[in-house]
Amino acid sequence: MATINKKRRLGRAVSIIGAGMSDFGAFKEKDSRDLFTDAFQDMMGHLDQGIDIEDIECGYLGNYSSDLFEHQGHTAPIMADWLGMTPVPMTRIENACASSGSALREGVMAIASGMYDIVLVGGVEKMTNLATDQVTDVLASAADGLYEVPAGLTFPGIFGALAKAHMDRYETNLDHLLKVAIKNHQNGALNPKAQFNVTIQSLMERRKARAQERGQAVPDWQTEMDFLNDPQANPWIAWPLRLYDCAPITDGGSCVLLVASEIAGNFTDKPVHIAGIGQATGRPLHDAEELTSLSSAKAAAAQAYDMAGVTANDISVAEVHDCFTIAEIIATEDLGFFAPGEGPRAVDEGRTARTGDRPINTSGGLKAKGHPVGASGVAQVIEIFHQLRGEAGGRQLSGSNLEFGLTHNVGGTGGTCVVNILRRG
Amino acid sequence: MAEKTKKFNATSYFDYIQNEKKLMGIRCRNCGELSSTPRPMCPSCHSNDVEWHEFSGKASLSTFTCISVVSVAMGKRGYGRDNPCCTGIVTLEEGPRVSARILGVDGNNPQSIQTGMALVLDPEEIDPEDPSLAFRPA
Repeated sequence: MATINKKRRLGRAVSIIGAGMSDFGAFKEKDSRDLFTDAFQDMMGHLDQGIDIEDIECGYLGNYSSDLFEHQGHTAPIMADWLGMTPVPMTRIENACASSGSALREGVMAIASGMYDIVLVGGVEKMTNLATDQVTDVLASAADGLYEVPAGLTFPGIFGALAKAHMDRYETNLDHLLKVAIKNHQNGALNPKAQFNVTIQSLMERRKARAQERGQAVPDWQTEMDFLNDPQANPWIAWPLRLYDCAPITDGGSCVLLVASEIAGNFTDKPVHIAGIGQATGRPLHDAEELTSLSSAKAAAAQAYDMAGVTANDISVAEVHDCFTIAEIIATEDLGFFAPGEGPRAVDEGRTARTGDRPINTSGGLKAKGHPVGASGVAQVIEIFHQLRGEAGGRQLSGSNLEFGLTHNVGGTGGTCVVNILRRG
Repeated sequence: MAEKTKKFNATSYFDYIQNEKKLMGIRCRNCGELSSTPRPMCPSCHSNDVEWHEFSGKASLSTFTCISVVSVAMGKRGYGRDNPCCTGIVTLEEGPRVSARILGVDGNNPQSIQTGMALVLDPEEIDPEDPSLAFRPA
């Protein structure tokens, strides 16, 4: 364990100069190559100053399981081909839902090593070809296939067990979980790329209107909590988690362009710098040190904070891995934003809302923006890139003092965690 | 002696449960660490001097979930929306934990399931084609 605490620094500084993502959602007509091309074209169309594709020297692609989702392995060269980038090297990185968080880290290190100056990193996942039970099985294969999955555990199941442990140990209750979903949908409603570009209030009103149109009994929901506490509208997935506690099944792609900071000025006046990166592994939940925390998240955060020379208090905005509502609450504790057990109260007090002192998941998070698993880590970075540059549209945080933003990207149930800290240039 | 030669892997682990009704893990002869999942190297001190260790099968329920949207395998066992699968993190009396199905509880009524409750291994539930660890209330 001694070496994990070693102070690590990049060999040279790395910056982000561009970002793009596909729409997130369910797209029958699109394969992963189409989604990644959408992301790339979005990025190219929004660069402050253009770049010649021929100048991109290397690529890293986060993808969890094109093999099982699309029966397509060896995905990276296909993306290189579709972008017209061959023979530039492109490597697929697989770390479950942290795949593109890890891909970004590889890209950063490739530049920091001095080997390359301009690197494309991104992620993609095409998930909606399969039925829900098959998707559930594919996702479960990111857990321990010998000792967790045979016990019936699914991903919602494992996070359900974490939620129950958190409820037993602290004052966490089901309403806290639902409030995370309500908040993230409020943010997602301001994100045109989001799969759920809509508040839960609006979803509820739509359901009532549809019932009325069809001459059916109109449900008696007055508030979002009424709606979310109705088992017809919000059925159990893995108690204590319900449908609206879970991120959706999503198709999507994301990418950013990394360059050596020393040449960032050639491409933009507003680069966003990589201030700190951290990544760590963890054990299955039954072998975890605690049942209410992810040790890999704490270790990755410690590395990233150390490299950036900042603490949790310096972070103005964070995108955390809310694959389930409880995961957001635990993330805010593991990252040091709140003391262990204080995450739920922070939700109650609105501290994690866009208007709060600790805004979390302004993009809508995985919950509302959508969770194309291999694309999510870089999609989180894209939100921070936009927030720090002041170009997050209707969800832009106010105040000109946004300096540091953080992303927290979890693979599996904490088998992997990647934490990145970005700084406004 | 035969059992000493069993490989420290999942095949042996489920064989022990199915054929000998024993829950076996490993004990490190160097540092004493117990692991519920057999492996050739101690995860704590990295020694490869490990031996099989029989757990009593007595345990308690540390946390759990009742899964309504089940895996394909659990669907074949009859679990689902009408019969949620209760799976827990179970702490063995010797200290290590395991992931296991909890039998003899009402998955439709999670409030009736108490963390901390005493459990015992149910070795009868092992299907050789699809082994799955299970406990039930003591």
